[in-house]
Amino acid sequence: MHSFPRWKIWLILTVLVVSLMGSLPNIMSTPSWWPSALSHPMSLGLDLKGGVHLVLDVDVNKAVTHSVEEDVDTARQVLRKEKIRYRKLASEGNTLKITIKEASDLAAAETLLKDTFSNYNLSPAAADNTFVLTLKDSVADETRKFAVDQAIEVIRGRIDALGTTEPVIVKQGDHRILVQIPGYEDSARAKQLIGRTAELQFKLVDEKGDLEKAMAGSIPPGDIIMYGPAKRGANGQLNRQPYLLKKHTELSGSEIADARVSIDSRFNEYAVTLKFNSKGSHRFDKLTAAHVGERFAIILEGVVNSAPVIRERISGGSAQITGSFTPAEAHDLAIILRAGALPAPVQVVEERSIGPSLGQDSIDQGMKSIIIGTLFVLVFMGIYYRMFGMVANVALIFNMLLIIGAMSMIGSTLTLPGMAGIVLTIGMAVDANVLIFERIREELNLGKTPLAAIDGGYDKAFSTIIDANITTLIAAIVLFQFGSGPVKGFAVTLSVGILASMFTAITVTRAIIAVSTEKRARIEKLSI
Amino acid sequence: MQLIRPDININFIGKRKLAMAISALMIIISLGMLAIKGLNFGIDFTGGTLVEVKFDKPAKIADIRSAISPKGYGNAVIQEFGSPEEILIRVQNREGEKSSTISTAILDSLNAKFTADAVEMRRVEFVGPQVGDELTHAGIMAVLISMLAILIYVTFRFEFRFALGADAALLHDITIVLGLFAITGKEFTLPVIAALLTVIGYSLNDTIVVFDRIRENFAANRKRKNPEDEGLIANNAINQTLGRTLMTSFTTLLVVFSLFLFGGEVIHDFAFALIAGIGVGTYSSIFIASPIMLSLAGYFKGNADETREMEARP
Repeated sequence: MHSFPRWKIWLILTVLVVSLMGSLPNIMSTPSWWPSALSHPMSLGLDLKGGVHLVLDVDVNKAVTHSVEEDVDTARQVLRKEKIRYRKLASEGNTLKITIKEASDLAAAETLLKDTFSNYNLSPAAADNTFVLTLKDSVADETRKFAVDQAIEVIRGRIDALGTTEPVIVKQGDHRILVQIPGYEDSARAKQLIGRTAELQFKLVDEKGDLEKAMAGSIPPGDIIMYGPAKRGANGQLNRQPYLLKKHTELSGSEIADARVSIDSRFNEYAVTLKFNSKGSHRFDKLTAAHVGERFAIILEGVVNSAPVIRERISGGSAQITGSFTPAEAHDLAIILRAGALPAPVQVVEERSIGPSLGQDSIDQGMKSIIIGTLFVLVFMGIYYRMFGMVANVALIFNMLLIIGAMSMIGSTLTLPGMAGIVLTIGMAVDANVLIFERIREELNLGKTPLAAIDGGYDKAFSTIIDANITTLIAAIVLFQFGSGPVKGFAVTLSVGILASMFTAITVTRAIIAVSTEKRARIEKLSI
Repeated sequence: MQLIRPDININFIGKRKLAMAISALMIIISLGMLAIKGLNFGIDFTGGTLVEVKFDKPAKIADIRSAISPKGYGNAVIQEFGSPEEILIRVQNREGEKSSTISTAILDSLNAKFTADAVEMRRVEFVGPQVGDELTHAGIMAVLISMLAILIYVTFRFEFRFALGADAALLHDITIVLGLFAITGKEFTLPVIAALLTVIGYSLNDTIVVFDRIRENFAANRKRKNPEDEGLIANNAINQTLGRTLMTSFTTLLVVFSLFLFGGEVIHDFAFALIAGIGVGTYSSIFIASPIMLSLAGYFKGNADETREMEARP
């Protein structure tokens, strides 16, 4: 046989060394001369490692409504400052409605609103002196986007407090967040920790207002009724204590510098002590100084937690949240208050959490089926194609090494369906060799010499192998595009496997056969 | 060793009417079962909650049901999963149930009844109603797009009628595998879609190998003084590639069976889809793809230039 190009042999040897070195970190550490960028063990997917996998949907429209609601406060302040009297201030979705009392103030109000609310489109006053301000679409989009980014930061803070290694928190699509906490089992606690908005507000109680009248329907302007937690009364009924509060939020969770678990000395209960930052302390100091003898309400996630009386001016800047917490509850509340409030509510729309024992079982069963499947194929190929079968077997083992090495080096994740993909690749990898060997047999039957038959077999099978593999690759690529999570893992191993098998089944087997035949002058018979 | 003799000559094309009848029957049964019984869609598509737990000793399904009934999940589907200790609990999404809270409630009530040490959380899956719809949509799109991509590729490499033959074989395979899922009532999940796409790739792989040989033989035939009938040439090509077709299916089935038997419960239905698909795919590449391609002869005939150009391709 004419000599096989040396560069191809060198290429094969290089690929062999690289895939060996790439696979090595899965068993032991690599020597120092090997670049560390290419030296990491194959990372396991959550379905093999166990852990919590959540997809969260951020209610981004709530973030928009929320920001518009806050602007009602701004409108109130600027109108008061300019002494323009108003009849009604309200927000609705992404619009603000402002009704001015006197028609004579309309011109001044229009200029003022235009200057203050550059983020809104202002429509001219209607007959009843009402201005409608609509949030600009670009601003609303920006708010939505920002809400997701901010939610990611807040959630990262909360999850980091769990002390797990390498959690994944990434944006998925426009308004979804993917959270993966490998090796973490307590999915209920993770959901609890992530899902709470932790919105904290401090409002003053309207001591002059009449709660009973307000409950009957006549709420004083600028006031709001909020409730305490549901408690079982003496008659067994669930009661919620109502409070008449000033609408205006004096302080919020964003002014908190720290939150720690503490013991409430009065009842000897677990509580969470909040420390304000400097801006918060300053405001708290002013607030308490101005309202001694009144009550201020601490509102957590829309529920009045407590409403203590301000006995004296408080300059230290700290407050306490109580509520018969268990130590774990107090601890988790401290975590979420420290990490800050979510800008918008989130919902878990998808969960796939795996316990550690199932992950290990899947690894064991996956490995078992890979080993048994490989052994079946190796034995069968050896029997059916004898020496040539053994050559194909060498290529098959090379192929698996290449898949493991490549997947380790490019840092792709191995999932359970991914393992199935490897198993399937084993079956299909020998296909190229089957095609070639069957063709060689045909050529021999046509009466060609052994060497000519080998050449003919490889040449004629080549285009078939390319066509057949490319079509499978098309299916794998589509799978990657449309699949999610574990299915993507299957697509990756299948694609890597197909590419690797084309190299090993064509080039490697050819090289082995060429090198082993080139020294021999004549070959009478092929062991095929 | 050689199981398929080189001089084998089975008249596959001659039996095409019989094959078509068998396939038509299988397709009708499949479509009928799909219409009557339908697929047993998993929570990936319907939305819902799935909780897999492992008990320290064999658990009674009635006990589990009574534990979760007070929480309102008495109508849950509860079944053994691989062993008597392992239990799978499935609950449909309720109206307005948007977040993943059911699993927590179920695990809490099981822990309360059997003690926390006796119950081990193996797996929790929750798919919200919206996500379910999205996954269904993505699954259907994936199958359609890969079929289209294949149609384009095969047209480019062969001829349009070859592409139609290949896609007909694919539709045939998918329908029958889906029918099998409807008949057996096996759960239709996201990994099964992955298996279907693999079957598409695999079945096509088989078909392409046969087509490749047909193309090669057609080209040789046209150079002859007295060209033979297309059907005969195609039949020879099928026979020539028969050894390879069966060998590859066999080795692939070997490993997929290993997956089916040892891969564990989670991968079981996935492996089942692959076995069924490879079986049907092998059959269709012999009996469906080529006969359909042959029967389309003349419908999409290119001019002589195109034929020459096609033969010039590798």
